[in-house]
Amino acid sequence: MNLAIRDIRYHRGRFVLTSIGLGLLIGVVISMGGIYRGLSADALAILESVKADVWVVQKDTNGPFAESSRIPEDIKYRIKAVPGVADASPLSFQTIQVERQGKPFRFFLIGYDLNGFGGPPEILAGRNIRQKHYEMVVAKAMKIEIGEKIRLGIHDYTVVGITSKVVSSGGDPAAYVSLADAQDIQFKKDNDAIRNDRARIDNNLAGLRSLSPVQAKYVKQNIAGITESTHTVNTVVARLTPGANLHEVQEQIRRWNHFRPLSVEEQTKILTRGMIEKSRMQIGLFRVILLVISAVIISLIIYTSTIDKIKVIATLKLIGAQNRVIIGMILQQSLLMGVIAYALGYGLILLTYEKFPRRIVLEAFDLQVLFVIVMVICTLSSFVGIRKALKVEPSEALGG
Amino acid sequence: MYAIEVEKLTKIYGKGETAVTAIADATLQVKPGELVALLGPSGSGKTTLLTSIGLINEPTHGKVVIDGTMVADEGWLGGLDLKRLRREKLGFIFQHHNLIPFLSALENVMVALEINHLSRPEAKKRATDLLESLNLGHRIESYPKALSGGEAQRVAIARALANKPRVILADEPTAALDTENGKNVMTLLKTLAVENQSAVLVVTHDHRMVEGFDRIFQVRDGRIVS
Repeated sequence: MNLAIRDIRYHRGRFVLTSIGLGLLIGVVISMGGIYRGLSADALAILESVKADVWVVQKDTNGPFAESSRIPEDIKYRIKAVPGVADASPLSFQTIQVERQGKPFRFFLIGYDLNGFGGPPEILAGRNIRQKHYEMVVAKAMKIEIGEKIRLGIHDYTVVGITSKVVSSGGDPAAYVSLADAQDIQFKKDNDAIRNDRARIDNNLAGLRSLSPVQAKYVKQNIAGITESTHTVNTVVARLTPGANLHEVQEQIRRWNHFRPLSVEEQTKILTRGMIEKSRMQIGLFRVILLVISAVIISLIIYTSTIDKIKVIATLKLIGAQNRVIIGMILQQSLLMGVIAYALGYGLILLTYEKFPRRIVLEAFDLQVLFVIVMVICTLSSFVGIRKALKVEPSEALGG
Repeated sequence: MYAIEVEKLTKIYGKGETAVTAIADATLQVKPGELVALLGPSGSGKTTLLTSIGLINEPTHGKVVIDGTMVADEGWLGGLDLKRLRREKLGFIFQHHNLIPFLSALENVMVALEINHLSRPEAKKRATDLLESLNLGHRIESYPKALSGGEAQRVAIARALANKPRVILADEPTAALDTENGKNVMTLLKTLAVENQSAVLVVTHDHRMVEGFDRIFQVRDGRIVS
């Protein structure tokens, strides 16, 4: 006869309520693990969607996801010429926050060369960008309809397609525009700034009496061309030919002095270890604290439940029950509580995880490890009750 | 052969100046089928004597023999499995029935049988038969809180009898019952003692119930006085 099940069945109200409480706690632990995995997935989402082998960024920087990285767009031609490189494409990244329907609306804008790669990984609805200007593809998570216009800078951009859930390392959904548009949005100066720059150049050149008016005009045009140029990108990504040696390609680009060629592995390390390490540790610490709280709660519940059963345990001992009968009753209750609470917590998160503002990634391995941890906690927690039960004397069954 | 033999049993709690003698030089024998009372006021030592015979409370001195097995001679004898002896040879009845609240009447009896390694179907059959023989056939699915005091005590008696013990030890079995139920319980114990040839030793201070005992041992200040 399973005494644990009989006791639970008899006190089912108390047991169910306790399990629900514990289940909510375990649900939070599961969701925190999911948030951590989500952070990693988000951080690597763009990296994985681009499918590049080398990320060429500004020298002495960690690339566009970690800090400011600016390199000239035309470096793509030199990179393409490196032996082993199959293709190279410039990319621009920036976080944009605009007002939409009266609320702040934040997203991560990616500019890509329409003839290169690094654009939307897939089109779920609508089409890809075809025109060089004023078209946009947005991630599904942005919940924008095809045909809707979004004002960025001084232009309206029409949404022509919806892509899958690509997000920045900060969790902002991604939107794609052509590289030219992205460069305009990021680097183009407004008219006042251009007028001021030109006036400053005029004044400086006016002081150079050695220049003829024709020479001065020529110099002015060249300087203005350089200062007003938007042909800057944050990175140039490259794909290698099959069998190409990654290190040799990196070494060649590194010799140019002004660039840092990051492999996908290095970029991944920067994104995961650098950018989300603290979040990961914070979440990990929270999970440990919650598991400790769970252990304390389970211990208290089991202990209280054992205290409630002192007379029952004494009676069982008096009628000759072996210790394993009593240990089994307490241990099984503890484990059953853990199993039910885990199932409730898992079920709760399974039903709600898509509604969380940040991505929750539930991985089977994490869930299995957590289940084992919960079972270990239940086993250890039951020791408090078992210890108490084993100390109960059969004589306590006698008397009033 | 006696079912219970106690010879010069002494139980002393504590040591030195604080030592308290709860029972001293108690000697008694109970034959199978006998219903015997230990009668005395509270604190006289009768429960101490009962628990020493019940293999719960180790005697300080003296001998205890249960169903021919020497269990104590100046303390418990080494190598004895007291739990097994309690399971197989003894049945206990308590003042407050001590039924397990989360088990039905049937399960309360079955648990004693399953602890004694009886298979579940066998345990169920024997428990059902026992409860029916005690006119509790209609209450087998009831939980203790749904039973009357008399019914609960009869279930407790069924549990005590489940393993067909040679000795039944009852600690104030009628104290929580009204006179009529108390008398019914005593009649039942007498009948079962004879039918099963079990020795029944009842601790009581309830003078209403003295009728029907085969013998009565008076206990005063830790000694059997008559």
